[in-house]
Order: sequence, then structure tokens, then C-alpha cells
Amino acid sequence: MKFTKICMSLALVVVLFGTTLAQMKLNGAGATFPYVIYSKWFDVYSKQHGVQFNYQSIGSGGGIKAVTDGTVDFGASDAALSDGQLNTIKEKQGSDVLHIPTVMGAVVVTYNLPGAGKDLRLSPDVLAKIFLGQVRNWNDQSIAQINPGKTLPNVPIIVAHRSDGSGTTNIFTDYLNKVSKTWAVNIGKGTSVNWPIGLGGKGNEGVAGLVKQSEGAIGYVELAYAVQNGLSYASMQNKEGNFIVPNFDAVSAAAAGVSKNMPEDFRISLTDAPGKDSYPISGFTWLLIYKNMKDKGKAQEIVRFLKWAMEDGQSYAKDLYYAPLPKDVVKLCEKKINTIVTN
Amino acid sequence: MFFAIIVFGLVFLMAYEMIRGSELSLQKFGWKFLSGTVWDPVADVYGALPYIYGTLTSSFLAMVLAFPLSIGIAIFLSELAPPWIERPVSFMVELLAAIPSIVYGLWGIFVLVPWLRTSVEPFLIKHLGSLPFFKGAPYGFGMLAAGIILAIMILPIISSISRDVLRAIPNSQREAALAIGATRWESTKIILAGGKSGLLGAALLGLGRAVGETMAVTMVIGNRAEISASLLDPGHSMASVIANEFAEATTALYSSSLIEIALILFAVTIILNVIARLIVWSITKKFKTT
Repeated sequence: MKFTKICMSLALVVVLFGTTLAQMKLNGAGATFPYVIYSKWFDVYSKQHGVQFNYQSIGSGGGIKAVTDGTVDFGASDAALSDGQLNTIKEKQGSDVLHIPTVMGAVVVTYNLPGAGKDLRLSPDVLAKIFLGQVRNWNDQSIAQINPGKTLPNVPIIVAHRSDGSGTTNIFTDYLNKVSKTWAVNIGKGTSVNWPIGLGGKGNEGVAGLVKQSEGAIGYVELAYAVQNGLSYASMQNKEGNFIVPNFDAVSAAAAGVSKNMPEDFRISLTDAPGKDSYPISGFTWLLIYKNMKDKGKAQEIVRFLKWAMEDGQSYAKDLYYAPLPKDVVKLCEKKINTIVTN
Repeated sequence: MFFAIIVFGLVFLMAYEMIRGSELSLQKFGWKFLSGTVWDPVADVYGALPYIYGTLTSSFLAMVLAFPLSIGIAIFLSELAPPWIERPVSFMVELLAAIPSIVYGLWGIFVLVPWLRTSVEPFLIKHLGSLPFFKGAPYGFGMLAAGIILAIMILPIISSISRDVLRAIPNSQREAALAIGATRWESTKIILAGGKSGLLGAALLGLGRAVGETMAVTMVIGNRAEISASLLDPGHSMASVIANEFAEATTALYSSSLIEIALILFAVTIILNVIARLIVWSITKKFKTT
């Protein structure tokens, strides 16, 4: 009896020590958009390397807060941090924060217009005017002009947007901000904005629900969501004047378009990117990594993981409806990852 | 005793935390926060009036729809129905209360909203369009949809508590009324008068749920921070804006303003409770003196 007790407590001690020694645990929090691929990565990686990840998809804003307060080992965000935010982190945590792009996503304009078919075309100007409430009917001249051969019905346009703060809105409004002066002056860009018109839906599913339910509705959702749910979405006219059907290659093309002018810290917006095949409403999602972590063991593990994500990790992207990083960007990222202080 | 003190402490702690959390926006906007109608996270300008209006209007609409219906159900179940109807109906009513709000929300999106858009709202616009309440385009999503969903959600609460209240009134009262020659309806009126404070309490609990309801409302209300007299127009509510925007509130002032909205919601709930408590007191007093 006594013997079994001793055995059991010994076993317990071995188990406890064993886990703490062999398994490191990295905590992260942030964006919901890349959650699907991150959880796949963490799952595969921890099986291969025995490192445990605990990632909470609480939203980019929450991720930034957590990184600022130092409650996590890494963060994730769909929106790049401002200089002010970076300075605050440096003051509080004594370390710079690196933006490491992981995958890309795109935002598509989905619509519900019986008789318009699946190949509606939109130009930046028309899109901005619709979301500003200046074009209010589908039979408007400006829409007909870019859709020759289509008869567009006399149906009022119902605008649908996200009601919750989200990275998707950030990419979409960043685009409108670039292509329309009126938008830039009156509305601006952000994870949620003061929409001039329209109905709000919570999440991609909320917007998709609004659009599906209302004839004449137009809204924006993530490309992955639109593909998975078979929504009809518009081709967008890009900077070079071509109408581009959104897909993963067109998103990667956008990243390739900006990679020549990639800034040191990767804080670049992919919207309205140059290149003849670039889809103009795309964006990076970033991991936020402390450059100089207090726990060097953890820093080493994070570096190892990031390198894996750049090489092996990218191959999972397309199956999970994300666009993988182009080769040039991967190279730049690897260079950046090597600057993380590990000893 | 100990637990009673804990409850007190909790309420104060919550109020304290919310006041502390909303300090930034309290300082920046002051009382203007309550009357401001612009909510612009890009320019960092926040005003809560459209949300306060939305919460109060949708809850009030729900009460107008649900209260008479619930009292009817309660009277039927406690006074009129034979046991073989009463039991299954009571069970069904209580079952309604157990349905999670997200299910109501989904039902709202897929059933209620299309029905409102294609049948009810065009009818209202055609026949009552001259009234300011029924002007505008039939979106389906909007204040009316939110009010109806809330009415359905609070109906089981109000009716099952009202039924219990009416049942608690001793049979001797009914018998006495009938004995002096009262009709069935007159005796029911006497029973209702006796249960007044309890019925108000039931209504209050229902109102409390309506004011705080988040998911179902945000799914059908249209989420547009605008004040419009028309019930067909989209609106917004305090609980929905917190649920929608808190996770991505990136600036300090933004999250502080959202916490202040929570504080207002808290205050509204307390004020409603106090008003109802006062009504109940005044009625019971009157009842005692007569």
C-alpha cells in the first residue's frame, strides 16, 4: 500500500518534470483571420518538434493589446502597428516588435443581383461611389459603362458592411482610402469606420447573410469565405486598368508587385498594388514578434518555428484558402527572422 | 448574510471597474457622450445617443408586443384552461425560454427578416406609410425585426412568471367573487388586480432581458448607429456595439468609450429596476389601504 503510494508520487514527479523539461509552451493571441492556418501550423509543428502553442484568436486589437502588455510571447494582427504603438511597446517591454508576414488574404466584393450573372465588373471609382452612397441604383450609367453587354436592372443598391471591428474592414477601407479622395477626407480607414450608408452584419457570415437575403445588395467578405460558400463576387479593376477575378494567384501577384519596394519592417499595404495581374484588395497578415525577448529559450523556439512557417508552412496555405507568400518576400522575411536576438 | 454582502460588493466593484475603465472617455467627452450622435473610430470621436435610443426603443417595442400577449397566456393558463391543455402549453412556453439567443437570431435572419421584407413591411408602408413610424424602404433588417425577436424572447419569461403569480392568489378570492354574482371576466379582473405587483415584476424581468440581449438583436437590427423615428430603418443597440467592436478597439479612447457604453447600460438597467420597484411599492401600498 505504502509502496504503491510512493511509486505513484514518484511517477507524478517524473511526469511533471518530464513535461516541463521537454515541452515548451508558447502563448500567442491576436487576429482571427489567419486562425485556421495558424492552428494547422501549430498542430503540425508541435507534433514534429514537441513545442506547444496556445493561440487565442481574440482579434487584432486584442493581440496588439496583449503584445503591449507583455502577456503573450507573440501576437498576430491584420493591421500593421503605427509608430506610436511601436514606441509604446518599446517603452513598456523594452524591445522592438517585428512584423513578420505569414500569409495573405483578399477581400472580395460580393453581390446579389438576379440576372447580372457571376462576372460583374467594378472599377475603384464606382466601388467607392457605391459605398459613399453616391451611386444608389444598379442601372446607374457608371456601372453600365464598365459592364458592356449586360443589362442591369432598375434595383436600388443596398450596401452591407461589417458591424464588428475586423481586419477585413481594415483592408477594404484602406483600399477605398487610396482610390477615392472623398473617402479619404470623409471616412478614412480602420478596423471599423463611420459608414456613410448601409446595413451592418456581424462577421463574414453576417455580411454574406445580408447580401444573400436582400436583392440588390452589395457587400465585402474575405476571399476564403466567398470561395468556400460559393458566393458570386465581382472582378475589380486594378491599377493598370485590368479587371482581375480575385483568386490566390492574383493575390500573390499583388505581393510580388510590392516586393521590390518592400520596406525594412514589412509594414506595407498590399491594396491597389502595381502589376498587371494584381488583385487590388489584398493584404498581409503579420505575426508580431519581440526582437529581444527576455526568455532566450523561447526566442530560439520562435525563430525555429518562423523559419519552418516560411518554408514548410507555406505549402498548407492554398488548401486552407490563403495565398502563400511569394519567394522574394519569403527571402526577405528569413533575413529579418535572423535578426531576432536569441542569446 | 455573508453572501448578501458579496452581492453588494460585486455590484459596487463592477461599477467601480467600469468607471475606472471609462475614465479616458469620461474626461474627454463628459456629458456630451450621452448626447453625441457621431461614432467615428477613425477620427476617435464617440457619442452614445444612437445606441441608447436603439436599446430603449427595441426593448419598449418588445414590451408593447409581448406584455398583453403574455398576460393573456397567463390568464388562460391559470384561470381557464383545463389541465390537459394547461400542462403541455405551460411546458412549451417554458421551453421557449430555454432556447439560446443565437438560435433566435438565426431564425430571425432566415425566417423573420425575409417575411418582414416581402410581406409585412410593404403592407405597412402601403397602408400606414403616412405615419412617421412606417416610412422608408423595406430592408427587413431593422428596429421592427429586433423588437419582434425580443418580444418572442421575453414572452415566455413574462407569461410563466405571471401564471405563477396568478396561481398564487388563493382560490377563496375567486370563489368569493363568483359568490357575490361576479361573471367569469369580473372575477378575473379582481384576480388581476390582486396580482398587479407580481405582474409588474414579471414585466420587469422581461424588460431586463430585452435591454441586455445582445446576439439575437445584433443579428437582425441592421447595426447602423442612426436615430430614426421609422421602425423599418436599421438601428443599433448598446449591447450590440460592445459585442461588435470591443475585440478590435485599437486605441485607448475607443475601448474606454465602449466601456462607458457598458456603464450606461448598467445605469439604464438600474434606473429601470428602481422605477419598477417604485411602481410596485406604490401599488402594494394602495392595495393595503383600500
